[in-house]
Amino acid sequence: MEINSIAKGIVIDHIKAGYGMKVLEYLDVDMSKNTIAFIMNAISQKHGRKDVIKIENLTNVDITVLGLVDHSATVNIIDDHKIVKKIKLSLPEKVTNVIKCKNPRCVTSTEHHVPHIFHLVDEETEEYRCEYCDDIVKAGER
Amino acid sequence: MGMTIPTSLKGKSLIEPSDFSVEETEALFDLADEIIKAPEKYSEICKGRLLATLFYEPSTRTRFSFEAAMLRLGGQVIGFSEPNTSSVAKGESLSDTIRTIECYADLAVIRHHKEGGPKVASLSAGIPVINAGDGGHQHPTQTLTDMLTIRIEKGGFENINIGLCGDLKFGRTAHSFIKALSRYRGVKFALISPEELMIPEYVRKEVLLKNDIPFMEVRRLQDVMPDLDVLYMTRVQRERFFNEEDYIRLKDIYILDAEKMRGARSDMIVLHPLPRVNEIAEEVDHDPRAVYFKQAKNGMYVRMALIMALLGIENPR
Repeated sequence: MEINSIAKGIVIDHIKAGYGMKVLEYLDVDMSKNTIAFIMNAISQKHGRKDVIKIENLTNVDITVLGLVDHSATVNIIDDHKIVKKIKLSLPEKVTNVIKCKNPRCVTSTEHHVPHIFHLVDEETEEYRCEYCDDIVKAGER
Repeated sequence: MGMTIPTSLKGKSLIEPSDFSVEETEALFDLADEIIKAPEKYSEICKGRLLATLFYEPSTRTRFSFEAAMLRLGGQVIGFSEPNTSSVAKGESLSDTIRTIECYADLAVIRHHKEGGPKVASLSAGIPVINAGDGGHQHPTQTLTDMLTIRIEKGGFENINIGLCGDLKFGRTAHSFIKALSRYRGVKFALISPEELMIPEYVRKEVLLKNDIPFMEVRRLQDVMPDLDVLYMTRVQRERFFNEEDYIRLKDIYILDAEKMRGARSDMIVLHPLPRVNEIAEEVDHDPRAVYFKQAKNGMYVRMALIMALLGIENPR
């Protein structure tokens, strides 16, 4: 399947197949106004299958949370049909309402208005610590 | 002349030990020392001030200790110790409760069964909040009590070898204690527990490993006893177990008795946050190295110092 390249915007490529929907969910992009191409299960030389997202005319998207969803994805900013910036994803230091605390002893299990906040403990092991109960979780097991 | 209380503590909350710097913590101990020497000087210093004690989980000594501390400063106390009879039973959120309490009181002490409960309350509070124990997580004022006792008995914290024994997984007093003592030079820990009750990951990674603190994890108390300056015993707490069988299997795993005390140094001290069940045999109470009842008294004095500092009350000359 061919999808036209964009003249200006953002291309998130090499998303692990199946994770594209989640990536889209976390990006704070107005789906009713922006032109978005979402390609699922495209053939990839690196990964076998991949998901790809292209958003036209928008370059200032907050992508810090993407590192947590899939840090193997690549982000390219396009202007005038050329890649003007490649962004390497890394794990964010602090995330709010992305990881949910599953510790039944944590206050977030009963105080439902409290935001779930997690802090990065170890980039290598992808571990995060809950702001309230200090429970440590792996980013992939959230 | 009385020491000067750091003004940086005025209006602060104490949720975990690292909320106060080492200097601020030491200043509290200096103030507690002065209160111990002349308690009568402080008997009216908090007149007209009100402390609220919100105990969502049962407590005897911590609540009495705080109430006694405030009353001995000349202040007054309101609160509940049975959440089922309060608005909590109607489903009120912690932040709504604290916003109401701050209309009446100058300071709130909160014990909560959920980990992070007092922290959540402190985020919406306009008055200082003191964590009096949150589930199996932290108990910073017990740590102040433990540390003041060590300071009095051993003269300080540097280069001491500390053994913590018992339930190190759910033992909130142990977590706060390790966190606070890890800020002193030359401190070493021997962590004595069964495999099921070892320290939580965050204490191992974020406190001990991150700060390069020497520690070893062992199963038998006797193996480390001769090297210890301080032995901190803890209770295996029935209320933290989801499974009664596990509790019964582990509850009597460590019992400190006169026989084991013979293997310890003559100047080692034994601490216990109390209540004790049977992890310390009563025969040990007569050993001069057992300081756990002195510890309870120190707890009241250090809480008096804490209340004064958070309310910004000046030390009388």
